[in-house]
Amino acid sequence: MSLVQSNLHPETATARHNVKAGDYFLGEIKQGQTFRIVDLEGNQAADVLFYNAKDPSERYSAMDTIRTQGNLYLSAGTKLISNASNELLEIVADTCGRHDTLGGACATESNTVRYSLEKRCMHACRDSWMLAIAEHPEFNIRKRDITHNINFFMNVPVTAQGGLTFEDGISAPGKYVELKAKMDIVMLISNCPQLNNPCNGYNPTPIEVIVWN
Amino acid sequence: MSKIFYTTTIPGNGHWSLELRRGSLLKMTDLEGGANIGMLFYNPRNLLERYNAPDTLKCQHTFKLQRGNCLYSDMGRIFASIVEDHSVNGEGNWHDTVCGNSTTKTVEEHWGKRDYQKDRNQWLQNGYDAFLVELAKYGLGRADMASNINWFSKVIADDAGNIKLDYKNQSAGNSVTLRFEMDTLVVLHACPHPLNISEQYPFKSVQIELGEADPVSDDDYCKNFREENQRGFKNNELYYLATKNQFSHT
Repeated sequence: MSLVQSNLHPETATARHNVKAGDYFLGEIKQGQTFRIVDLEGNQAADVLFYNAKDPSERYSAMDTIRTQGNLYLSAGTKLISNASNELLEIVADTCGRHDTLGGACATESNTVRYSLEKRCMHACRDSWMLAIAEHPEFNIRKRDITHNINFFMNVPVTAQGGLTFEDGISAPGKYVELKAKMDIVMLISNCPQLNNPCNGYNPTPIEVIVWN
Repeated sequence: MSKIFYTTTIPGNGHWSLELRRGSLLKMTDLEGGANIGMLFYNPRNLLERYNAPDTLKCQHTFKLQRGNCLYSDMGRIFASIVEDHSVNGEGNWHDTVCGNSTTKTVEEHWGKRDYQKDRNQWLQNGYDAFLVELAKYGLGRADMASNINWFSKVIADDAGNIKLDYKNQSAGNSVTLRFEMDTLVVLHACPHPLNISEQYPFKSVQIELGEADPVSDDDYCKNFREENQRGFKNNELYYLATKNQFSHT
């Protein structure tokens, strides 16, 4: 795991967004802009999708990213690849060290399988995304465009025997990941509301999105 | 006993799609050793419901697919269960579901350009385009494509997360059998795995058999493989509530 600090200062940022626990963020990032996602209080998962701002059918692809880099985990230096094999973004700084893209997002439906059928009405990331695209039709993102995401700050190690577990986060208060956009992109974040596993330390907390030109 | 009604062979660059009813059986056999079958599932009643690899993996705490695993949709339901899995070396197969497809670019880098004029039906088709062709027949496109399964392809990871295709298990005669737990649109191709770096484009054909599964019993291996799968079967049961008496799937 390689840790890379950033030289950018929040005082020079062009925009700062505080995204509260269980809320979503949906917005455009221009080509060449850099943004940081900060785990303000630690142990918080940010479930993130990226789209080509001109055509949301081109989007972040976990499998193309994994195949291209020959590695399952995301960290500084990882290029985020689209389903059309183009580079969307690059991770340019990372003080956490490892981020997941195998675990997907929580959904009310998968919660019924993982925990209990009677937990179907607990708030979940996919419902946050559904609310975001319903409230913002101008982005032209539909259910078919909702796919496998990145879980920033989440630790999902795979073993040589083929096991996969959700470990306690390796993140901590103030840890961050920073990305540079290689094309105009739309970013959709669910600040994860999951209460049934340690991905948020059983206590979802806010994150901050900081954008520089 | 389960019955087989139809047997066919898909060449090692071919693709196909078909709708299978709940209770159907699909058996795949690697005929030469080294085959790969890319596969996606959709609900024909609502094409927005599709196979979800992350949910499948995290619901069963696994990175590999093997006998006993259920293949989940994004709606918490089970498209199919892996009821049989036979490997000639006795170790059992290990199937990948995170590496996606070969593309025009990866095929061209390893083996050359796809060219029908020169190669006719031996052209160097890639998995991504093979899926797009089949998906278009149902009004679907790249936005509908999710992470697929790669049957017979064992992808292993080291502690640092570096992945590679492990060829050791590959053998003629390896087979895997799916039992469908809901009506399913099956989209498949037999193009090479994206991490395959053989010297020649691996034209590895596969046999596909279609049949009817035995009813699911209470002590069914897949249903009881994990507690989560019992709840997945319960979700399917709810989906088919009104027609439940026609099946002994509950």
